[in-house]
Amino acid sequence: MKLDALLPNLGEWLRGTGPESDVVLSTRVRLARNLSGLPFATRAGPQHRSEVVARAKEAIAKATDGHKLEYFDIPSMPTLDRQFLTERQLISRELAGSEGPRGVAFDATETASVMVNEEDHLRLQVLRSGFALDEAWADIDRLDDALEARLNYAFHTQFGYLTACPTNVGTGMRASVMLHLPALGLTKQIEKVFRALQKINLAVRGLHGEGSRAFGDLYQISNHVTLGKSEPKLLSEIREVIVTILQYERQARAALLKERKQAEHDRAARALGTLSSASMITAEETMEHLSAVRLGVHLHLIENVPITAINQLFIHTQSAHLQKLAGHPLGGEERNAARAKYLKAKLRELGARQ
Amino acid sequence: MKCQMCENPATVHLTDIGPGKKRELHLCAGCAQARGLVPEQPGGQLNLKALLSLLTGAFGGGKGDRAARRAETCAVCGLNLAEFKAHGRFGCEHDYEALRAAVEPLLERVHRGTAHCGKAPRALRVLAWKQQMQDAIAAENYEEAARLRDLIRKAES
Repeated sequence: MKLDALLPNLGEWLRGTGPESDVVLSTRVRLARNLSGLPFATRAGPQHRSEVVARAKEAIAKATDGHKLEYFDIPSMPTLDRQFLTERQLISRELAGSEGPRGVAFDATETASVMVNEEDHLRLQVLRSGFALDEAWADIDRLDDALEARLNYAFHTQFGYLTACPTNVGTGMRASVMLHLPALGLTKQIEKVFRALQKINLAVRGLHGEGSRAFGDLYQISNHVTLGKSEPKLLSEIREVIVTILQYERQARAALLKERKQAEHDRAARALGTLSSASMITAEETMEHLSAVRLGVHLHLIENVPITAINQLFIHTQSAHLQKLAGHPLGGEERNAARAKYLKAKLRELGARQ
Repeated sequence: MKCQMCENPATVHLTDIGPGKKRELHLCAGCAQARGLVPEQPGGQLNLKALLSLLTGAFGGGKGDRAARRAETCAVCGLNLAEFKAHGRFGCEHDYEALRAAVEPLLERVHRGTAHCGKAPRALRVLAWKQQMQDAIAAENYEEAARLRDLIRKAES
């Protein structure tokens, strides 16, 4: 598998076909695991790190749980490719930017991935389209078993799976659901929702995780607690909350449609107009407009734009993707021009109209 | 003046004046550096986080608590409590035991729990099943015992 081959593709998780996909873009579950007998990242020298990579690569190669994972070495990878994998949600910014032997293994559908030598020795991840916590958990549980059959994990009978950071210990599991909440944003209820979430110990972040702003009304909601509750219990707690948020967002959408359909139609149409006619456009502006179009499609105000295409544009208009498409690095202004050109071409292909 | 952590002369002096109280810290250069208080390269900034954690931390300036500090250091990777408090990351799997006295209250605060209940590695799961199978046999619940026997066989094959 060559990285460039991924470029025109769309990870399975972005198909936009899963359950509740009008609001839920994707579901991600990740597990933090460490190998027994080797120091954690902050105390690991290059030799230790190489040892982790060697053991992980062997286990990944022999794991036959259905996902055929291919390993990519990060230090030998050009910066642009690292950014590209970050945009596709296959690696974290930390793994892209840190030092020393490290890598990532993932399958051709971009459903399962394993980061090696991030904050923990292993970070397993499964990404699914739509609201699919149980499926994602079943998937990652199997992958974890397959790797564990060949690796000796650091496990403590009281504390569970031991992790470099105490906030991950126990299950090592973080489940996060990516939501598109434009109507809650428009009706100014989003802050209220988030304040309530923080009170019940769930974390809210933007598209690219910790510290990233929530562009395009995309939010990730994840569990904060990892210790003291079983994986199914943690998943059911998140599920309950997401179901409630889903209801709020749908109520807000219905209210928008009832009270100001014309204005919403206008907003979506203008957003689509800007996306298909601009000659320079920033990533932020693109996401804001894509969000408006996505809402317009779900409110049946805009036709002929498949949701999959919108989801794809959210990812493909980010800077590393544009630079890979161009085949060379682009400066800020060039990127904005390339983004506009790409959007124009894609939307023309779709024959989008309001 | 001697360093509060060892016998060397203290060259780093820190004073924290809070509401209604004042705390002082006197350390030698080596101890201050080892605790992440001053950067190794010249010209850097004081690490405020490390400072706060030291000033508010469990160990004060008392004498004779070197043994206590040794007890708060991991014998395998050498991580001590102050370093852990400064960076919030463990150095190896043994730190959870070595620093248990500080780890448990922290976990209670973060997770509102200190004991894992969830997935365990296969070997431990099999051990638990074997125990459950013995209990089932003792209770003459043969159906359950057979189910567990099959699980164990499958896992061990």
